[in-house]
Amino acid sequence: MPASIPTDAPDREVGDNPLVEGLERLPVPPTTMVIFGASGDLAHRKLLPALYNLAHEGALPERFNLIGAARREQTDDEFREVMKESISANSRREPDPQVLDGLLERMHYVSVPFDDSEAYGRLGQLIEELDEEAGQPLARMYYLSTAPEFFSAIAEELKQAGLHRHKHADVRVVIEKPFGTDLESARKLQQVVSSVFRERQVFRIDHYLGKETVQNVLAFRFANLMFEPVWNRNYIDHVQITAAEDLGIGTRAGYYDSSGALRDLVQNHMLQLLTLLCMEPPSSFDADKVRDEKVKVLDAVTPMSPEEVERCTVRAQYTAGSPAGEDVVGYLEEEGVPDDSQTETYTALRLMVHNWRWEGVPFFLRTGKRLSRKTTEIAVQLKPVPHLAFASDGSVGVQPNLLILAVQPNEGVSLSLGAKIPGSRMRIRPVNMEFLYGSSFMSQSPEAYERLIQDAMRGEATLFTRDDEVIAQWSIIDPILRAWKEGEPPIASYSAGLPGPPEADELIAPRNWRGL
Amino acid sequence: MSQEVWRERDTTPSKVEAALRHLLIERYHDEDAFVPARVLNLVVVADAEFRGEVENRLERVGRYHPSRLVLCSVEPGHKTIDAWCSVSAEQAEGPFSLGRETVELKLGDRHLKALDTIVDPLLVPDLATLVWAPHGHAEAVDALRRLMQVVLVDSQDEQELPAALARSGELLETAYVVDLAWLRSTPWRERVAAAFDPPPQRRELAEIAGVTVRHRADSAAAAVLYCGWLCSRLGWRPGSLSDGGSSRRTGHARARRGEVTLRLDEVEQPGAPGLAGVTIETASGWSFSLDRGPGGLKSIRRARDGSEQVWTVLGASRGEAGILGEGVRQALLRDPTYKPALAAARAMVA
Repeated sequence: MPASIPTDAPDREVGDNPLVEGLERLPVPPTTMVIFGASGDLAHRKLLPALYNLAHEGALPERFNLIGAARREQTDDEFREVMKESISANSRREPDPQVLDGLLERMHYVSVPFDDSEAYGRLGQLIEELDEEAGQPLARMYYLSTAPEFFSAIAEELKQAGLHRHKHADVRVVIEKPFGTDLESARKLQQVVSSVFRERQVFRIDHYLGKETVQNVLAFRFANLMFEPVWNRNYIDHVQITAAEDLGIGTRAGYYDSSGALRDLVQNHMLQLLTLLCMEPPSSFDADKVRDEKVKVLDAVTPMSPEEVERCTVRAQYTAGSPAGEDVVGYLEEEGVPDDSQTETYTALRLMVHNWRWEGVPFFLRTGKRLSRKTTEIAVQLKPVPHLAFASDGSVGVQPNLLILAVQPNEGVSLSLGAKIPGSRMRIRPVNMEFLYGSSFMSQSPEAYERLIQDAMRGEATLFTRDDEVIAQWSIIDPILRAWKEGEPPIASYSAGLPGPPEADELIAPRNWRGL
Repeated sequence: MSQEVWRERDTTPSKVEAALRHLLIERYHDEDAFVPARVLNLVVVADAEFRGEVENRLERVGRYHPSRLVLCSVEPGHKTIDAWCSVSAEQAEGPFSLGRETVELKLGDRHLKALDTIVDPLLVPDLATLVWAPHGHAEAVDALRRLMQVVLVDSQDEQELPAALARSGELLETAYVVDLAWLRSTPWRERVAAAFDPPPQRRELAEIAGVTVRHRADSAAAAVLYCGWLCSRLGWRPGSLSDGGSSRRTGHARARRGEVTLRLDEVEQPGAPGLAGVTIETASGWSFSLDRGPGGLKSIRRARDGSEQVWTVLGASRGEAGILGEGVRQALLRDPTYKPALAAARAMVA
């Protein structure tokens, strides 16, 4: 069925569907989804449970097929059995046996060594058979959930087999992170991807963007007039973005040691938070309008010179410690980590966004493993009031306002305000005004992957990273990686269970990090 | 879940309000992590003799529990206002315990005309107020109009369908109406919208010549609203439905290209009330059906040449137990399609 006419835009001339008005759940086009790397950890822990939950809620397309594609040889039934176990173990709700059986019936498996052209022929044949069965060509969604080194090969093989486009059906590809390991590899991968797919077919996942609280950063900024007037260099002293974990690397030594904290969290998740925090209001929430504004922010972060890397970055590894009384080993003693590893488990950066709104406001980013607490938050520190009319003796006095956007685990927003301490004297101390998601919304948030898979099937790209966005991210990160490779600044250390190395305190001085 | 309680017979709204405030302060003192839920007020007016049944239904709404529940149980001839209130807390996700407040008032029918003056001090200011009167008590609902932003009704509960729909229309003039009968049709509306969403199928919308809605005997309201929705969304002008027998209503709607036959059939349906199936046919012989089945909705698409395709649209049934919770959740959303669907439905049963 593959056609020579390269289009992924079937029949756009029909008017809007009048029946969708007012519906909470928008239609998703009939789709065959192919997961490359279906036997991998991500598929087991996240993708399959997300698909089950979409099925449970009636949110999958009315015609839906799932094809697992991986190198391993197994039958459809063996694949279904494994997927059933994964869903049962990892779903956020107890599976309904009838819905689960219905979903399993739609699952198929094709053994695909990723560079084996013949295997793609078999895959194409199965997709066509499923079209025949449905009596219509179904949209194709290829989900690349393999190790990143296979992304290019899979894209090229899909093209070779003519599976990358279809005359009568949308064809989309979802690419998991990391999209490249540095600027050069990201560009190379992008070159391959864009030689196979049009950008509107490509959905680069950063699952952080699927989190309700991350999306709420935009709602918070652009749905509340009171914050916008102060959201600039005139009123904001500095911003701290923290993504701290209290656990170590677990069994991920192989991946983590080749990645490190900078690639693992800063290049994608934390820069996403930075862009959402700094972007100008888009004229609409159209995917490209939003992403245009995000790219402008990334472009305004000037890549660091080697001297700036030395001055504005800290990298460190955790050493053995006893957090909460439990003895844990240091990073170099973790199983699978080379003795001479220079991989950072902690990094702190000072970034500047050079534009009219943010010039002069430092943005401090820190992330690490085995820190004292697990938390992800954005702290916006406002400047002090220009004149203090109140005596500060006998109290902590007037403190600048601090706005916290907590992403996890206690999703919410808190704002510190100065308030009078009860009594005959005019003494001031900060109090907190808090909004907690759990106390104001009755609905349970869907898992990020549920939202993102559905969006990708609908072709809604707002929550996915565009090609120029990912290149702009790497343009910020790449000079840091290169300087670190040269050994500057030297890697520091911190005891497991502490909030980070002393060098990070020097980076932020004379300010202080918020306590973890 | 922990709970603190206050009760008094022959009391006044201001005493109840003071007691509630006191309970909240005590709770704050006892528990640093206490955070009262602040989503919406729910005022329920119910017959005292069925109070337990209402409480059971409210317990099943799970996480869609309102922040403050004011349950007015009405006992004919009761002279005083007796009150019981509690502040309970349950461990929520994260390190805080989520508080919920319940006020139960036992009062007589003589109190209903001015029920707003009794309930007003007991509501959390600035939160949306939802009113639900499952046993009628129209007088009480009318008294609460100035306080409520949303009213929960179930058109299915009324004896007379035209009267039920007329009442919803009247309530819509002052509040947003969440109609459980309408919500029972939601999955069917979603699925039909999805079935006609691919462009080739979307073209068929203009060709529809017949709609059959199968429903449980007690769920004619959901079926008529469903047809009203199709009429209003597709620009059809509905005519009156006539009874073609005790278990069938038939009628026509005027579409741009001709008449559309509407048929509402009562069917046996064990389990949850609501719709049992829908069939949509075009003049050229194409048809699409949805019917309840295991693990989702059984879907049949019949082509002009008579060939058939059958598959299941996956989805777990929420069941009737979940409908009230869904109603509470919908109180904070706005569906612009209910009002025109209701207007079309009223035209059909006029």
